[in-house]
Amino acid sequence: MLPASLLILAFSIFPLIISAWLALSRFRLGSEGYELIFVGWSNFRKLLFGSEQYHLLGTFMPTSWLGWLIVAAAIVLIGWGIRSFVASGHVTVMGAIGRLIAFGLFAALAWLFAATIGDKGQIGSLSTTIFYVLLGVAIQFVIGAGLAFLCSLRIRGRSFFRVVFFVPLMVTPVGIAYTFRMMADMTVGPISPLWHWLGLGDFSWATNAWSARLVVVLGDSWQWIPFMFLVMLAAFESQPKDELEAAELDGASSFQIFVDITWPSVAPVAATIVLIRMIEAFKIVDLPNVLTNGGPGIASESLTLHAFMQWRALDLGASAAISYVLLFTSTIICVSFFNFVVNPARRARQ
Amino acid sequence: MAIRLLFAGALMTGVAAMGFAGSAWAGEFDGVTVNVITFTGPQIAEPMQRRAPDFEKLTGAHINVITVPFSDLYQKILTDWSTGTNSLDAGVFAPQWMVDYVTPGFMEDLSPRVEADAALKLDDIGGFFRDFSMKFAGKTYTITLDGDFQMVYYRTDVAKELGLGAPQTWDDYIAFAKAANGKDMNGDGKPDFGSCIAKKRNAQSYWMVTSVAGAFLQSKGTSQGAFFDVRDMKPLVNNEAFAAALAVYSETTKYAPPDEINLDVGDTRNLFTSGQCALTIDWGDIGTLAIDPEKSKVVDKVGAVILPGSAKVLDRDTGKLVDCTADICPYAIDGVNHAPFAAFGGWSGGINTKAAPKVKDAAYAFFSYMSAPEQSNVDVTIGITGFNPYRLSQFQGLDNWRKAGMSEAAAKDYLGAIEASLNSPNMVLDLRIPNNQKYQQIVLDTAIARMLAGEIDIPTTMKTIEDGWNEITDEVGRDKQLAAYKSTIGAN
Repeated sequence: MLPASLLILAFSIFPLIISAWLALSRFRLGSEGYELIFVGWSNFRKLLFGSEQYHLLGTFMPTSWLGWLIVAAAIVLIGWGIRSFVASGHVTVMGAIGRLIAFGLFAALAWLFAATIGDKGQIGSLSTTIFYVLLGVAIQFVIGAGLAFLCSLRIRGRSFFRVVFFVPLMVTPVGIAYTFRMMADMTVGPISPLWHWLGLGDFSWATNAWSARLVVVLGDSWQWIPFMFLVMLAAFESQPKDELEAAELDGASSFQIFVDITWPSVAPVAATIVLIRMIEAFKIVDLPNVLTNGGPGIASESLTLHAFMQWRALDLGASAAISYVLLFTSTIICVSFFNFVVNPARRARQ
Repeated sequence: MAIRLLFAGALMTGVAAMGFAGSAWAGEFDGVTVNVITFTGPQIAEPMQRRAPDFEKLTGAHINVITVPFSDLYQKILTDWSTGTNSLDAGVFAPQWMVDYVTPGFMEDLSPRVEADAALKLDDIGGFFRDFSMKFAGKTYTITLDGDFQMVYYRTDVAKELGLGAPQTWDDYIAFAKAANGKDMNGDGKPDFGSCIAKKRNAQSYWMVTSVAGAFLQSKGTSQGAFFDVRDMKPLVNNEAFAAALAVYSETTKYAPPDEINLDVGDTRNLFTSGQCALTIDWGDIGTLAIDPEKSKVVDKVGAVILPGSAKVLDRDTGKLVDCTADICPYAIDGVNHAPFAAFGGWSGGINTKAAPKVKDAAYAFFSYMSAPEQSNVDVTIGITGFNPYRLSQFQGLDNWRKAGMSEAAAKDYLGAIEASLNSPNMVLDLRIPNNQKYQQIVLDTAIARMLAGEIDIPTTMKTIEDGWNEITDEVGRDKQLAAYKSTIGAN
């Protein structure tokens, strides 16, 4: 058991250590192969404060009303989180440290959004990735769970819909991206006549930062809704039938049954698949790469695509540093989500 | 027509085979496999894949053409050779990257082979390619397979309708694009576009902006250089001249398809040959693609012209734009300074010095076979090959061009534009200093893409490029880069 565990650990830890070393080095190719020159925090400095800051964090501009709105919402949420923690009566040192890290990152990200989203500002690959994760996972969960709920009801043709909804998951991500790119082509694509009829012939989604990001989210959702659908369908179908029948006999309305019985029984599964999907969504690379090539400009670059572009430019140090930014951000967000959403959902069910 | 041409090509290959079979390499490479890397294409890869079986029949060598996206090509070769993987025996790539491959000793010196190779007909290759593209530090490292100059193509029928001539200056280009934009130029009842330029990021678009900027930046001949000041390696990207070029480049977008910033050269070629654009900037490919009656709606409606010029050029002491005078613009024509850009320098084949001796010989034989007039004089007339004229015989005889379906007038116009570029004493040579890929494909390309996307304005774009270029120069060593730059453009 121990040797096997050590072997597996070595395989997972080794790349992590090597990439940490790379993140602190400058990579150079030469006649004697390659050399790694230790440069300390230089790669991180370049990304966070130097010539590549615009790329990772964005272009900072005076905060707009939208920015202030984001700041206000973040303050309210953090205040509510601290209040709930204190009011819970389970205040521990570890709990306080965990919340400090989680709320700290949340505040930093909210500030980043607020400071880069204003007029002439430009969000960087970090904020773009968060946007993909939050909006994408939300859309996928709502539609996937909604379709699953409908298919769990005794309606005609549900077997057919189950297969149809499942198909996009079977296609490779790059295949999805190319298919979606073809579908979203407003010049010659299948929906271009509709586009022209709407009087939008002179508008290309690829040339506007937010529409390009939105199309990436839509493509991602098209691919991953089936996953949400599949898992949520299993959850809806495995809820205890006796509880439902008892509620029906007691004369509860459909809405009451959903809120009081169905939702609490599927909530732990829902929280878990949202977590799994979030971890996956942080790594999005194929869709923006194929659909928009990261453009217009750098607007639709995710962190992984940003790291890939740096790697392709043979700047392996910056590429590894971006990967570490991604690792820390996604770990803190996903662990926080696990602690604040998944665990409470499980406890509530127990 | 493409089939007819390919058939003619096959016939000529048969004829050439009789000559090649009697050469030094006939049947000599049985069992030898050569792994050659190039970009996905279909251009460039197509002629190699098509001719590889014929070459195998002649010599026994199996040519395995490996393709990767253009944006990956430079580092795929560099990492394979520098890490000692050596899975790639040869590559067909931009000769400007040679500096990063030759300096560490990854590329085979082909000078002795070229000197002993009568079938290559070296003297028939244009002087620019023979002496500049194929060579580094006086030695020959690549075999040219393609001639590359960017030109402007325009619709002659649209020009006539609008009462305009071929654009001589970038102001003319803008006026032409503006007048033609919105007209139905291919009879499908839909409005078409004034200008289509490939502006997609991470593709082959970053040469386009230099094609526009060249005339504003360089006026005193090739050795003056258009990228850096040869006195101190100061980037020539943050001044009134570069700002004027960026303004032209940005303005063309107003008369372009709405998704122009997502168009690669393949897309703009399709748009132009399908009659949807009045103007475009491109290498020689449009000339041959436009004569394919199966795909082109602009047969005999295309004019080619040397890159437009400017009546105002950069004063390097002040950074200001000044009027052309005989002293400032000695090569100006009618007061207009032209600076044709030898963008890319033509796809060229080079060989990994670590490949097995027999494999190196087979790789060389393949490049020599591809470049020999018997093959290349046909290939340059076929649009899909991506190969453009680079041999003197390709400019002199019009037979192959007529056979390919080009009218004599169109052939003379097309070849004339290339020759005018090739013979210009004020030709802008592409960047060939160490890390040139980083200067152009990373820093320049990203900044221009951000500007076109509206993320940054022109002054910020110029500052970004200047800072990025200075960062690379300082990292590599300013004196070293300056010496390299001066030597590659022939400056004192």
